[in-house]
Amino acid sequence: MTATATATATEKAALPAEGGARTVGAHRAIPMSRIVAVELRKMFDTRSGFWLMASIVILNVIATGAVIAFAPAEEQTYNQFAAAIGFPMAVILPMIAVLSVTSEWSQRSGLTTFTLVPHRGRVIFAKAVAAVGVGVVSMGVALAVGALGNLLGSAMTGNDLVWDITVGQFGNIVIANVLGMMVGFMLGVLLRNSAGAIVGYFVFSFVLPTLSMLLAQSQQWFSDLQLWVDFNFAQGALFDEDMTGEMWAQLATASTIWLVLPLVVGLVLVFRSEVK
Amino acid sequence: MITVESLTKQYGGVTAVDDVTFTAEPGRVTGFLGPNGAGKSTTMRIMVGLTPATSGHATISGHRYADLPNPGRDVGVLLDASAQHAGRTGREILTLAQRTMGLPSRTVDDMLQRVSLTQKESERRVRHYSLGMRQRLGIATALIGDPTVLVLDEPANGLDPAGIRWMRDLLRDYADRGGTVLLSSHLLHEIEVVADDIVVIGRGRIVAQGTKFDLLRSAGTIVRAVDLVRLGTALEVEGVRVTDLDDALRVDADPAVVGRLAHQSGVPLTELRSDGAGLEEMFLELTADTQRDDLSHTDTEGAAA
Repeated sequence: MTATATATATEKAALPAEGGARTVGAHRAIPMSRIVAVELRKMFDTRSGFWLMASIVILNVIATGAVIAFAPAEEQTYNQFAAAIGFPMAVILPMIAVLSVTSEWSQRSGLTTFTLVPHRGRVIFAKAVAAVGVGVVSMGVALAVGALGNLLGSAMTGNDLVWDITVGQFGNIVIANVLGMMVGFMLGVLLRNSAGAIVGYFVFSFVLPTLSMLLAQSQQWFSDLQLWVDFNFAQGALFDEDMTGEMWAQLATASTIWLVLPLVVGLVLVFRSEVK
Repeated sequence: MITVESLTKQYGGVTAVDDVTFTAEPGRVTGFLGPNGAGKSTTMRIMVGLTPATSGHATISGHRYADLPNPGRDVGVLLDASAQHAGRTGREILTLAQRTMGLPSRTVDDMLQRVSLTQKESERRVRHYSLGMRQRLGIATALIGDPTVLVLDEPANGLDPAGIRWMRDLLRDYADRGGTVLLSSHLLHEIEVVADDIVVIGRGRIVAQGTKFDLLRSAGTIVRAVDLVRLGTALEVEGVRVTDLDDALRVDADPAVVGRLAHQSGVPLTELRSDGAGLEEMFLELTADTQRDDLSHTDTEGAAA
């Protein structure tokens, strides 16, 4: 573009209404797809965001390398690789979900975000879609890295290749991780503070289960109830077992209590709050 | 056009904005003037839907802000230039606005050029920006959608004198092309040099509003002449209140009236102007109960110059 052309474009762009006659409110509405695309971009466009995303791939590779290097040859099955990769994923994905929400408040970028899209529900929904999208794609990457590790491991040890994860199992693992992300997301919406929500997540996933276990051990009434109300318990079943109808029902009740209800409270607070 | 009607915002028992009504007309720059904490920012946040009003409402050309399908294309908003993710580059922040509004990507470069941020500066992270650079970026974000209405909260903060001049020319030009400009400031001078209309707010209430011309006229006249005594007598004879300032007279009348009376009595004048400091005094008086500072020590020169 020549200097003259640029100057003309600038002049044009700077022009407000022709004599103030242009109709206000006549522009086409912002489609949801655009908001999702922008929210997705925002997850990658800072140095911390970028490295958080990159760390998924990096940790996948490290975990895979560790299995090849340290696990006994006969234990190098696909399941083993998946378990090794799964642990860092289960921690990082919820953090990504937390930060996608809380940074609007902690970094105050929400002032611009909610001015350009003055419907907080649309923005929050777009963030949820973007976060879950990142989660699912990350799981795909983990699947691929684990598979490569399995191939590489068996080539190096000479053991038989063992593919011991079914499509159904993988689906359950994806659901478990997405649920974990939604917990992070829920805490982000509820607390709207990065540090608070991250701490909240660790309390949620490491302190609460212990308390629940202790309570179940000492109180008979709770031990019967636990399966229905302990979110981590119900979510954990996705990793280990073939899910029965009853287990899905338990997951549903526990998710309603620990995920859906607080999310609703958080959303009401977000809609009513002041963005400063 | 911006219409604010009986806007009230209460926080618990505190009324931050108290029954505020005013309009900002197209083709004019409206200055929203008041000391810190007077309710300017709250009023502006309510206008764009970031803060819910307790009662009353604000509309943009008859539309509620939240009802605008793509608000960035109609209203350019700059509320706080520092409210950005510190880890994003200036260019990225502008790109997010461009994408959200669905504008062609070249508008980003056009805007960077328009606010005089260089290519290199635009690729730095906002964390490393001076306040002046953040203001320029904020102005670019407000202008990128080619809106007809601008809402700017203290846009001159942090700008150097050349930047302030640039901002003033930009807003003047914008209004002259038919745009509506509402800008707030706690500095009278800043508003005085660019605004056509002035709305003064203190402790959440509108304490004065009108055209700059009317407000200045009511502030009185400063007049100087070689023979001040004769001029003073001539004015007092006509029943105008005159205060002797040693080397000048302060007259409670229009400059036009003072000029006519001086001409009638044949006194040659050496200076005749509206009393800017008078408006400053008025501003301070009107907002006195909202000031935190003891005004007896305040040097008003800076703001009144």
